[in-house]
Amino acid sequence: MADDSRSGFTRRDLVRGALVGAVAATAGAKTPAEADRGIGPGAVPITLQINGQTHRLTAEPRVVLADALRDRLGLTGTKVVCGRGACGACTVLVDGNPVCSCLLLAAEVQGRKITTIEALASDGRMKPIQEAFVAADALQCGFCTSGMVMSCKALLDRTPKPTRDEIRHAVSGNLCRCGTYPHVFDAVERAAGIRTAEGRAHPPDGTPVFQTLAASRTFTSDQRVDAGVAEALDLEEA
Amino acid sequence: MPAVGQNVLRKEGRGKVTGAAKYVDDLSFPGMLYGSTIRSTIPCGRIRSTRPEFDPSEWVVAGVPDIPGKNVIALIEDDQPCLADGRVRHVAEPILLLAHADREALAGAKVAVDYEPETPVYDPAASPRVFKEILIEKGDLGKGFSRAARVVEGEYRTGHQEQLYIECNGVIAVPENGGITVYGSLQCPYYVHKALVVLLGLPPERVRVVQTETGGGFGGKEEYPSMLAGHASILALKAGRPVKMVYDRVEDMLATTKRHPSIVRHRTGVASDGRIVAMDIDVLMDGGAYLTLSPVVLSRGVLHATGPYRCDDVRVHGRVVMTNTPPNGAFRGFGAPQTLFAAEVHMERISEALEMDPVRLRELNLFRPGDTTATGQVLGADCSAAEVLREAVARTGFDARRQALSGTNAGIGLSLFFHGSGFTGGGEVRLASRASLALTPTGARILVGSTEIGQGTRTIHAQIVADALGIPYENVEVSDADTACVPDSGPTVASRTCMVVGKILQNCALEMKARLGSLSPARYLELHGPLVVTREYEKPAELEWSDETYRGDAYGAYGWGCNVAEVERDPDTFEIRPVRLTAVCEIGKAIHPTLAAGQIEGGTAQGIGYAILEEVVFRDGAMANAQMTNYVVPTTLDTPPIDVVILESAYPHGPHGAKGIGEMPIDGPAPAIVNAIRHMGVDLRQIPATPERVMEASCVSP
Repeated sequence: MADDSRSGFTRRDLVRGALVGAVAATAGAKTPAEADRGIGPGAVPITLQINGQTHRLTAEPRVVLADALRDRLGLTGTKVVCGRGACGACTVLVDGNPVCSCLLLAAEVQGRKITTIEALASDGRMKPIQEAFVAADALQCGFCTSGMVMSCKALLDRTPKPTRDEIRHAVSGNLCRCGTYPHVFDAVERAAGIRTAEGRAHPPDGTPVFQTLAASRTFTSDQRVDAGVAEALDLEEA
Repeated sequence: MPAVGQNVLRKEGRGKVTGAAKYVDDLSFPGMLYGSTIRSTIPCGRIRSTRPEFDPSEWVVAGVPDIPGKNVIALIEDDQPCLADGRVRHVAEPILLLAHADREALAGAKVAVDYEPETPVYDPAASPRVFKEILIEKGDLGKGFSRAARVVEGEYRTGHQEQLYIECNGVIAVPENGGITVYGSLQCPYYVHKALVVLLGLPPERVRVVQTETGGGFGGKEEYPSMLAGHASILALKAGRPVKMVYDRVEDMLATTKRHPSIVRHRTGVASDGRIVAMDIDVLMDGGAYLTLSPVVLSRGVLHATGPYRCDDVRVHGRVVMTNTPPNGAFRGFGAPQTLFAAEVHMERISEALEMDPVRLRELNLFRPGDTTATGQVLGADCSAAEVLREAVARTGFDARRQALSGTNAGIGLSLFFHGSGFTGGGEVRLASRASLALTPTGARILVGSTEIGQGTRTIHAQIVADALGIPYENVEVSDADTACVPDSGPTVASRTCMVVGKILQNCALEMKARLGSLSPARYLELHGPLVVTREYEKPAELEWSDETYRGDAYGAYGWGCNVAEVERDPDTFEIRPVRLTAVCEIGKAIHPTLAAGQIEGGTAQGIGYAILEEVVFRDGAMANAQMTNYVVPTTLDTPPIDVVILESAYPHGPHGAKGIGEMPIDGPAPAIVNAIRHMGVDLRQIPATPERVMEASCVSP
């Protein structure tokens, strides 16, 4: 936690810096502009297996997977939020495991099976977890949603009937500032068939759900003080 | 079947879960450049010179002379420059703008700035400049105190809070048609429009602002996008090419607005039976370097400063002052979370001083229908302070839990609060918001300047219109918030989008239905051609307000809330862990119960962060933890189960009785949690309740 951001130094800067030395010996010569910037050894060919397709691109070895997906391949469903693995918004699956694509170099995941949010409804039909997210309203602004869905998919792929606690831990690396967490739990349980889509019922662990009640009218202004005292006494007995 | 009250599917749900929804950084235009901002590294001083450390011939470099109109961000007062006017007043103040085709080249571009530093002001109590001062007076304070058996005094402090919308601020400015079009992540397209007209010196019809899908706002995209859109537009007009500017997280946290820190002092006279007979409240807020929205934040703060309690003799004095820190601005709650924190922790201290049950003290003093607020507003029949308190206390078995937890490393506390819906006082009249509805062959299309930022604007508006027209929800479309085709519905802020704009839309739909008569939409279009109905805000006749005296009806309606928090304290680390939080909210009518619950859960989670986790550390006028690794917000593991109860007591002028809901849920968690900590015998009066503060307070408390 000694991270001091006043310099504006980001994880991607770190990756750039670390790789200059490591890769310079094997990569092509720098262009003059790149030499001036001092941020990389020049582009190299990179082959990625994404969503069942082979993509060939030429990119500097320092380029992270998230940027390769978004800027080079137009797969903008993956979002970049913090750039340092703190929020999970850029989560994709690599060989089925959820990972932060802002922390992985594109060059280091060659030959691995990469799955992004775009793969899930590629045939025009949403996957059950996506259907459940919509049905449970497990999203608000939607910017964390791609990563959240990918983490939930990875969980369900390896644990088809997760407990509430397993769900909570599986998405604990996915920050949602809108606070949709209870709805996400609901969506995963629906997709897993643990609960039906007929609204939110009490889950087994007793976690509460919301209720809508009509407010009763008890007081009028002219009886306020006495009624208030009586009310307080009632409450004490309750 | 009516749509209102049903959990219909969110309009944009599919786009968001498939990754197809387009946010601003997902868009690209031919020939587009990327823009960046050279910012002040000192808090206060004069700029002697600037010198780019690169060959400027490959770059677009823009400064003050490149601003075609006035160098101001037009908002309330034109005191904030778009680019520093020869001197800087806070760290991260914009000085110079750069654009280049290579996004990464921008990151390495350096500009040497030579400053003549001056002495900064960081302590609001020592500020030489008051941005705004407000005095609310009711009755005779001296007379009130003369009736008091006890006087309880206290000072309460709250810190900055970062909105931390998950999508950083971003825009793309495209020069076209002799003017500019801006696409951006924003809450208030017409605020940006107004600011660009002044900044760029363009006629209003040459400026177009289009909201792209927006990854959260929480107030943080209320006024700042005007600044960012200004920067991108200046560069785009100079370059003659589209310019994209999207902040990374560090820049967003360093440079953009936060919640105002506050120091609130209470002096309260209490009769021997527990009734409050005098309230003297002093509110001080830190506005940062420029005025921005501070007067309005202060206004909402002082109007909620008494808490939901009746008192005949009241004085509330508020000031918001300048410091040499980045300007503070809008954040969900908008001044009320600060003053309600003070009010509710103070209430707890009064109950401790009187050795009186905290529920009973609140029961005795809370607002009931017919009571008058500090501004003299007579509360209507929908005033529900008693109902939310009763429900929360009964549901949690509060008294029994309180006894059970006494003397342990756990505690339970509550907070009672209210929140005014819509703009303050005459604000809605001045906004004169408009909404339109266009007939389509199968239904209608909504045309409003209100934005969808996750809260469900599109969905609830469509529900209201569908029911008023008597057509299925699916047959109502919602237009993009594009100033070229939607009217100005006022800003998407202040919990007004459902209650105020929803009501205007309902009126549009009812008028459209009358015009249709027995004709189907398709038949009407065939016979009569296009039909667009536009309506304007209509002030309820009974609402009266004076900005001069601060007397009258401060808000059309109030939502009412009660939170109960149960927490544990780690005996070794002094970390506070919320175990369970109960949120009872009375909101008039839940148009969409699941969305409404989502607002309550989300606001509560942000309130929990405000209470215990979120500390903005300032060092030499700059945020020292401007990143998500050490500015910590609640994850699934930090957020306890939240028990949400929605009560409904209709507001006659809201659509289906609805009042505002977006902001209120963030008012309650901080005081409830601190009162739960107080239940452990820890005298804490400041948030965030970090382990350090809890340890310090635990060691001095008995």
